[in-house]
Amino acid sequence: MKRVYPDKEYCIGCHLCELACITVHSKSQDLIIAYTQERLEDGLKACKRFQEKGPTCVALSCRHCDDPACVAACISGALQKDPETGATTYDIEKCVGCWSCLMACPYGAIQRHPTLNKIVKCDLCRDREGGPACVAACPNMALKFEER
Amino acid sequence: MLFQPINKNYHDYRIERDKDLCINCKVCIRQCAYEAHFWDEARQKVRHDNTKCVGCHRCEALCPTGALCIRLNESEFRPNACWRPIFMKNIYKQADTGGVLLAGMGSPVDIPVYWDNLLLDASQVTNPSIDPLREPMELKTFLGSKPDRVEFAAPAKGKKGKPKLTTKLAPQIELNYPIMFSAMSFGSINFNLHVAMARAATELGICYNTGEGGLHKSLYKYGKNTIVQVASGRFGVHAEYLNAGAGIEIKIGQGAKPGIGGHLPGEKINEKVSETRMIPVGSDAISPAPHHDIYSIEDLHQLIFALKEASRYRVPVSVKIAAVHNVAAIASGIVRAGADIVAIDGMRGGTGAAPAMIRDNVGIPIELAIAAVDQRLRDEGIRNRASIIAAGGTRCSADVVKAIALGADACYIGTAALLAVGCTLCGKCYTGKCPWGIATNDSKLSKRQNPDIAARKMANLIRAWGHEIEEMLGGMGLNSIESLRGNRDKLRAVGLSSTEMDILGVKHAGR
Ligand code: SF4
Ligand code: SF4
Ligand code: SF4
Repeated sequence: MKRVYPDKEYCIGCHLCELACITVHSKSQDLIIAYTQERLEDGLKACKRFQEKGPTCVALSCRHCDDPACVAACISGALQKDPETGATTYDIEKCVGCWSCLMACPYGAIQRHPTLNKIVKCDLCRDREGGPACVAACPNMALKFEER
Repeated sequence: MLFQPINKNYHDYRIERDKDLCINCKVCIRQCAYEAHFWDEARQKVRHDNTKCVGCHRCEALCPTGALCIRLNESEFRPNACWRPIFMKNIYKQADTGGVLLAGMGSPVDIPVYWDNLLLDASQVTNPSIDPLREPMELKTFLGSKPDRVEFAAPAKGKKGKPKLTTKLAPQIELNYPIMFSAMSFGSINFNLHVAMARAATELGICYNTGEGGLHKSLYKYGKNTIVQVASGRFGVHAEYLNAGAGIEIKIGQGAKPGIGGHLPGEKINEKVSETRMIPVGSDAISPAPHHDIYSIEDLHQLIFALKEASRYRVPVSVKIAAVHNVAAIASGIVRAGADIVAIDGMRGGTGAAPAMIRDNVGIPIELAIAAVDQRLRDEGIRNRASIIAAGGTRCSADVVKAIALGADACYIGTAALLAVGCTLCGKCYTGKCPWGIATNDSKLSKRQNPDIAARKMANLIRAWGHEIEEMLGGMGLNSIESLRGNRDKLRAVGLSSTEMDILGVKHAGR
């Protein structure tokens, strides 16, 4: 399946992918409102997590593993493997906020929702035409959406 | 002004931040290599210090909401035609530092750009123009010495077949476009851009020039599209290097700083640069002003033939000089010394670092130099013995066409190639902190150039210019770049004096 692959050689640490992520996952679909209001009021958060050490940085998100540890750990069935697309899906309604997945994920790709007792996780921008927003927003082609 | 030097507020740029658009995302803080933007903890917002801005526009380009606008600081001194603000500010600076004024990129001074005073011809009625989309159009260019005449042997009596060429041809560099990427050393620009130039040149079927910093091992595979340079510092020069490329260039001078050498500061010499230049990490790389083995045309002759010998006469040898007052006579000497190519770098040529006084006051414009050299070599009957490359200040495809009509065989482009990958001509190359990741080896900044993107942009630029050159040639009723070379009848001058027209060898428009 196609996944989002970060390239640490060319990630410039601008965090534009995070801004793209919150915009497409916002109610308003508007960067300014999403960042200045929804982020603060509704706990809107990017599914990407930034790692930086010395000159190296990289934007991590859910790997949509073939054999996902988070799905195995999930006690409520909120995390599933979609047999058709191969994506690791998340159903916010089912999530009980036990953080089992958070501890199970070897990449630290799952985050706590800032205000709700829920998690935040990449959905590969399921409904977005043109694929993941972070990939489209990266100014240096350091994120690739491809089959490997 | 508190706690600052007294002239700190005479800064060049002003950062405008639109309060309605700025979301305090800090992207600008992360992008500015000069720390002009910062997070104000007390006010909980992104603020800026105008005095630190160098006008590179990196923050403006990456701001996700378009909140930034970088402007010239409009604070004005009392107008004085003689003491323009630049002279005043330079004096304040030097009074503080006691140092030489350094500068990066080509000279911004207002010296006539003759390209703008030259106009091209087009066919009407009496001779048909050619549509390059329907008819073949040849941009292929061969650089190298051409024979005085060619001789053929007829097939033996009674035998059929074609006549055979018996003249031995000198080695040539074959180019699909009359354009090359000029010498920008590994060190002055970073590895990512060397990879990009090498890949773009290979894809296009042209050449890039290594510059004086040697060639990294991993780039030997692009050798067919590489010209390896030998400069006064002899960095990274060894037998394998000399045999790695399609041509060798001896760098005598550079248009941006004729008569002086180079100095790559130790901070820029990282592992990779050290390995390639064959000098210790952290040591300054100093290129002397002259080659210490060249003090005459005879010495140059020796070096040319030493290099030809070392490369077993397989590749042409070029000699690059800055365009200076006696350029025509010097070029004639160079050709007589055995060079196959003479590259001439005009005073608007770029540089990673040069003393501002030299860059802005020494040398002559490339247009006059090309015309003078071409004419001199023709007058002496040796024009065929070497190709001429024009460098320094080629801004568009029309400049290339005009340079060729004035007598060049091809053009080197450097600044234009860097502009293609984002350079905004801020001129801060000498600081080693190029915000666009070009003139820097800082590992954080150089990542800003992804060779995949950079190679594509450079290749696109040359292809685009190629199309335009074909259009212009077709319009003039020519179907090959060869027919334009030195064809000054295709040029007319506007607004030039008779001396200028005489040197350029062109008539005034209307004649
Ligand atoms: S990048 Fe633009 S929106 Fe973000 S803090 Fe800077 S000026 Fe504001
Ligand atoms: S130096 Fe460049 S990145 Fe920094 S504020 Fe000025 S224009 Fe923006
Ligand atoms: S190469 Fe970099 S530092 Fe030099 S002028 Fe261009 S953007 Fe500025």
